[in-house]
Amino acid sequence: MENEQYMNPFRVGVLLGLLLLLTIFITGRGLGASGAVKSAVIEIEKTVAASHTEGMQFYKEYDATHGESPLKSFLVFEIIGALIGAFVSGIISNRLKFTMEKGPQVTTNTRIAMAILGGALFGFGAQLGRGCTSGSALSGMGVFSTGGILTMFAIFGGAYAFAYFFRKLWLQA
Amino acid sequence: MGPLVPDIISNELSLIIALLIGIAFGFLLEQAGFSSAKKLVGLFYGYDFTVLRVFFTAGITAMVGVVIFDHFHLIDMNVIYINPLFLWSAIVGGLIMGLGFVIGGYCPGTSICAAAIGKKDAMYFILGAAIGILGFIEGYPLLEDLYKSANFGMPQLVDTFNVPNAIFAFVFVMIAITAFALVVKIEQKRAGAPVCRMSTKYLASLAVISFVIGVSQVFLPSHEQHLQRIENMTDFSAYEFNEISTDELAIRILQKDKSLHFIAVDSLEQFKKFALPNAIHADYRNFIHREWEKVFRIENQMTIIYAEDEVTEKRAVLAARDVGFEDVYILKGGLKAFRKDILEFEMPNEPVDPALQDTYRFRIVAASQLPGIIDAAKPKAVEKIKPKRVLGGC
Repeated sequence: MENEQYMNPFRVGVLLGLLLLLTIFITGRGLGASGAVKSAVIEIEKTVAASHTEGMQFYKEYDATHGESPLKSFLVFEIIGALIGAFVSGIISNRLKFTMEKGPQVTTNTRIAMAILGGALFGFGAQLGRGCTSGSALSGMGVFSTGGILTMFAIFGGAYAFAYFFRKLWLQA
Repeated sequence: MGPLVPDIISNELSLIIALLIGIAFGFLLEQAGFSSAKKLVGLFYGYDFTVLRVFFTAGITAMVGVVIFDHFHLIDMNVIYINPLFLWSAIVGGLIMGLGFVIGGYCPGTSICAAAIGKKDAMYFILGAAIGILGFIEGYPLLEDLYKSANFGMPQLVDTFNVPNAIFAFVFVMIAITAFALVVKIEQKRAGAPVCRMSTKYLASLAVISFVIGVSQVFLPSHEQHLQRIENMTDFSAYEFNEISTDELAIRILQKDKSLHFIAVDSLEQFKKFALPNAIHADYRNFIHREWEKVFRIENQMTIIYAEDEVTEKRAVLAARDVGFEDVYILKGGLKAFRKDILEFEMPNEPVDPALQDTYRFRIVAASQLPGIIDAAKPKAVEKIKPKRVLGGC
């Protein structure tokens, strides 16, 4: 049985805010997540299809701004840490378990398809938006970035706007 | 002082720090319950507003913290990464992410945490994210126009709306408080009971702090205003200055004193024509930028600000003091006096006061030797001190 005892959201919020502040103070940049997946994708594509990536416009621009191996980056290490941290939290709170989480009306296959589709949209959107909920919305808010805060409103506004059409994925009939 | 990377903490060490920050990040997200898609999407269907509480509390905490750090010059806003504003890609990208959120049930950060505790749907979400990113990379030639259109640089709210950031921090705290109160009502209606009540004391203190700093930024004179006052100043009798006399300077240059450190505050043209040994050119209006920290805060050195005339020197010293650099000297009488007393010194024709005879003899020697020394130690290039912004984002 999944343990539902979560930490008080305001306490988590304060700690998360202080962590973001500390990160900005130490590194000059905020938190992030999608960038780590991007680094992994780039590393794989460059290794598997080196000839294909050569001369591609995207990589020309990417290589000009990124010196070292994409895996030797702040976000990759941060996300490896996040995996460890979440795993530890799962152990402490007794939530470690292989499960498939889905709405009451959906089959497992639908959930898998929707998870992949949702992930793909999010990954794609995070490239256009230059960051996801962490890198653009939360970190952008912390540093008063007009762009980050605009993206934040677009993410949550968009989610609310589209939520009605996908209610069957999550709610009872 | 901040950010500490890369000047105080090396880039290599920063990866270890990234790992530690990540551990805390993942731990907190999981503890919040963000490892559950149903809990996350509760935000959009009105039965669980945990995401709003955590997200908004974190955001306003960081905002108020950044305002405080900025206020006390603990972080340099010119160096930290401000997410750039590309109007259309920010909006379109955000909307697509919102769509992905309600369909997939996660965002990238939360999917990582959910996958870490064994949620298989989250693992598929990450796979999907990788596919989406690959799609962007492959389709980049088609997307480039949208991606790069309407580039507004890296504006903060203060740049876009011309209202101090601290006021925005206050506004966001107020929005958050209102939202927290509202969602309790919605949860009661949809789910029977609120998931959580708000912490009034903490939120009230954030509101007060951001309001006080905001008001003080509106009404207390800024460094800019101080600079304006300094530039119009002609009477400096209220201030004391550390001075070095022309003769002492000449002796120390002749001895090739390594502890001397010159900052030239005249125009660049003048600096290129003539400069004291290894001088750095500066516009004193820029002393507030953190790169000057390195110039002013070198141990065991004598920092001498010089210009053609003493008035410019004194203005520069006051500007330096305004941003916390107290221990600086000026050249008495400016370069004008240095030239007249030393470099172009000529023995007066009338009989010389015996007390000054030694001084004059020294000046004759200095006048013959100094130009060579000064010319040999001419600053090689105009040193450009420019802050380098941190590269961030996803």
